Amino acid sequence: MKKITIILILYSFFGNDLDAQEKEIDTTNYIPMKEVIVIGDKRAVSQKAVKSLATVDESLESSMKLSMVKRGAYAWEPIINGMATERTVITIDGMRIFSACTDKMDPVTSYVEISNLSEASISSGQEGTEYGATIGGAVNMELHKTGFTESGWNIGLSSGLESNGEQKIAGAKLDYAEDSFFLNTNFMYRDAENYYAGENQEVLYSQFTKYNFSAVSGFRLSEHQNLQGSLIYDKATDVGYPALPMDVSSAEALITSLKYEHHKPINYIDHWETKIYFNTIEHIMDDSQRPNVPIRMDMPGWSDTYGFYSKINTSLNRHKIKVNLNSFYNKSLAEMTMFPNDPNEKEMFMFTWPDVRTFYTGIFLEDQIRLKDHLHLNFSGSLGSHTNTVESQSGLQSLRIFYPEMTEKNHRLLAGASSKLQIQKNNFSYTLGTGYGERAPSVSEGYGFYLFNSFDGFDYIGKPDLENEKSLEFNTAVSFTKKRWNVKASGSYFHITNYILGKPDANISPMTIGANGVKIYEQLEYATLYNTDFSINFLIDQHWNFNGKIIYNYGKDHNNKNLPLVRPFTYYSALQFQKGFFSAKASVEGALKQSDYSQEFGENETPAYAVVNLSASQILYLNQQKMTIKVGAENLFDTYYSTFSDWNNIPRRGRNLFVNLNYVIF
Amino acid sequence: MKLLKYFSLFLVAVVTSCSSDSEDLKPVNETEGLLKIQTIENETHQAELYSESGSLETGYNKLVLRLKDKSTNEFVQDAEIEWNPMMHMESKQHSAPKSEVSKISATNTLFEGYIVFQMPENETEFWQLTLNYSLDGSDYNMEDNISVPASEKRKVAVFEGADNVKYILALVEPTTPEIATNDISAALFIMENMLSFPVANDYKILIDPRMPGMGNHSSPNNVPLTQSGAGDLYEGKLNLTMSGYWKINLQVENPEGEVVKGEMIEGTTEASSIYFELEF
Repeated sequence: MKKITIILILYSFFGNDLDAQEKEIDTTNYIPMKEVIVIGDKRAVSQKAVKSLATVDESLESSMKLSMVKRGAYAWEPIINGMATERTVITIDGMRIFSACTDKMDPVTSYVEISNLSEASISSGQEGTEYGATIGGAVNMELHKTGFTESGWNIGLSSGLESNGEQKIAGAKLDYAEDSFFLNTNFMYRDAENYYAGENQEVLYSQFTKYNFSAVSGFRLSEHQNLQGSLIYDKATDVGYPALPMDVSSAEALITSLKYEHHKPINYIDHWETKIYFNTIEHIMDDSQRPNVPIRMDMPGWSDTYGFYSKINTSLNRHKIKVNLNSFYNKSLAEMTMFPNDPNEKEMFMFTWPDVRTFYTGIFLEDQIRLKDHLHLNFSGSLGSHTNTVESQSGLQSLRIFYPEMTEKNHRLLAGASSKLQIQKNNFSYTLGTGYGERAPSVSEGYGFYLFNSFDGFDYIGKPDLENEKSLEFNTAVSFTKKRWNVKASGSYFHITNYILGKPDANISPMTIGANGVKIYEQLEYATLYNTDFSINFLIDQHWNFNGKIIYNYGKDHNNKNLPLVRPFTYYSALQFQKGFFSAKASVEGALKQSDYSQEFGENETPAYAVVNLSASQILYLNQQKMTIKVGAENLFDTYYSTFSDWNNIPRRGRNLFVNLNYVIF
Repeated sequence: MKLLKYFSLFLVAVVTSCSSDSEDLKPVNETEGLLKIQTIENETHQAELYSESGSLETGYNKLVLRLKDKSTNEFVQDAEIEWNPMMHMESKQHSAPKSEVSKISATNTLFEGYIVFQMPENETEFWQLTLNYSLDGSDYNMEDNISVPASEKRKVAVFEGADNVKYILALVEPTTPEIATNDISAALFIMENMLSFPVANDYKILIDPRMPGMGNHSSPNNVPLTQSGAGDLYEGKLNLTMSGYWKINLQVENPEGEVVKGEMIEGTTEASSIYFELEF
């Protein structure tokens, strides 16, 4: 659980913000906040990031708390503090959204484009419970909007080309903003063939094609009130998944919201915001592109979420208070139809997610107290009511084969609380925090029916009456900031009781042809996770900057056996140069050998690796129109490698040369 | 006087209208929901055979019968009926397992029972049904050929056990299987001779449902079939995890606990020598 301020110093291509003078890191207003990854400022979204047209995932990877599980070139699952989807909350502008794929092929990040976003804030542990119960933490991706500024019209075009996988990227944006109205629209198209790992090895079935359209608009109702709406439509077709036996023929998402904001509605409230939203995802898997399959199958999945939140921010004396009331209703349905090789036989059908409805209502309260100028104390608490209902009668009957006494409805209360103390003395800052939280089992963990996990080769069956997972966390951080230096070390410890994990049951025969067996979701007495990281940021002079970080995670269950998907010793360092309109960066990232792995989960030892990346960018003015060119080489030495989180050791990209062009017409 | 005349007129009307003709009082068609298979007749009566499907096939057949008096055109309400199915084969003739014919108590004219046809007809061999019945002190009989084709999916197993006893095992339920825990019931008979097929009591029928089209996977938590009392059907639980084609592999265990027929599915054995089929 950490609230750390990391102001990532990225390039300003205007070259004006960070001027010729000595750059110093501002230490006076050092208030603990979430880790914020700035993807773009209000005016120029795609200019801040190193590779302007990087995918969302590539940007998030620079975070210390976050790592990504890869299942191919396309969609990556975020892991916070070593914990994945079930234990984290991912939101887009405060909207809860849930994957529609039983095999986790469509994490939420796959439905947004970097050009939709302005920043992603990552909260660790219990501080991430603003929008729902979590144990590992939360990521909130904020949509880009110009806001009610007088920037007028802004039209831009962007295009990119990447050598590895022949990825073509094209996008356009149209923005208009004035004092009482703004409209931001953005379109992005990506198309890639199979990519190549190091040593020229083609990774088959890793192609994808994606279209994304987004629009955000706002009307000012009065000086202090406004109404804003947003819409994202994302469609991906022909997406390959090299790590899985199936691909995606179509993944389509529609994400909409309407928000009402009121500044200073009454005396003691600074800001009140209410939003209602709706999103729907349809995800269709099939194996028609694969030449040899034991049996052909179609696996469509749907996830619809309706929700709202209403939150108040206010400052009173030394208190900075936030209250958030939120609620969502989700419908998750997935089925499987198998076509027998004998055409006279009837096709086989079953529900894999038996139309499970989840209804959650919760309230979150946070208070950041400035006890003294250099002493801060944060409190947060959350309480929620969580109900699951199995709506499909056939789905309910199929689960009753395993649990004859199972009820249609299941209700839980989820509570959480955290506190953190931060002391600043001289140039040091110390934080010490603790928290307690609970989470409900996910739809797959509670109600999954023969969900195939290709990592360990097992079919998973859910267990409806799993108890809440409970987590007790401790965290601490020390950071030193002086002039050009910023050094930080932090650690967190999670003790999770009722840790939910699949355990093999030898008495049940698997359904997926070729599977190793069946695992039923069970609960371990407890599991422990340690995360430690260390980072340095040094402004060498006005042009040069160095930063580096090392991260280590460690996870064991109550029998002292290794937990799966735990990051080994990972390091990252970068040297950056910036002068005027030109900037360049060289970075090294890598990991040591992963020797702590979970064989039971299907992991094996991942060898050590190191990858070198280079990039450079230049701003030009043609007829007063601004053009930004970026070129670079990722994995310069074409290293063949895969990381601990790559399913079935699918290798990552080999050498990739890219060029991005950003052209502002207006 | 006038009052008496009207009163007697009224009485006559009431009396004549209240005849004990059962057909007038019960306009409900008792065979509603059933389909007629065929009729069998002799000089005096006509029997109508009904079932839910309207046709006979190999395996367990639940039948409903009603008997009409040809002279009065009324259905018989009380009779002792016995039926005897006979298979006319090229070299021999034999009967089939059957139940008694008994009155359906909630009705006036319907009789019910079951017959298990252990084999289908073909070009040269056929089934015949004989009805022997007595009512009002007289005995009657009638017979006719019936059509018994093979069922689309296997519902009956006819075999000789390791104990040299000939058995007939027929699937009774489920007739409309679902993705769920289904109640499964079956009837087990011993062939004593060509004419006698008593119920086999105190056996156990083990089931292993598999989907051959999908890696021959099974389902969990199935319950073997057992009898609650002598002469009853065997009942258990059949779990079907998905729709499609299932092979219900069978093993029959005698009262001493020895398996007399059927194999476990393991190693290279993909199916038992006796099985039922379900497709939905």
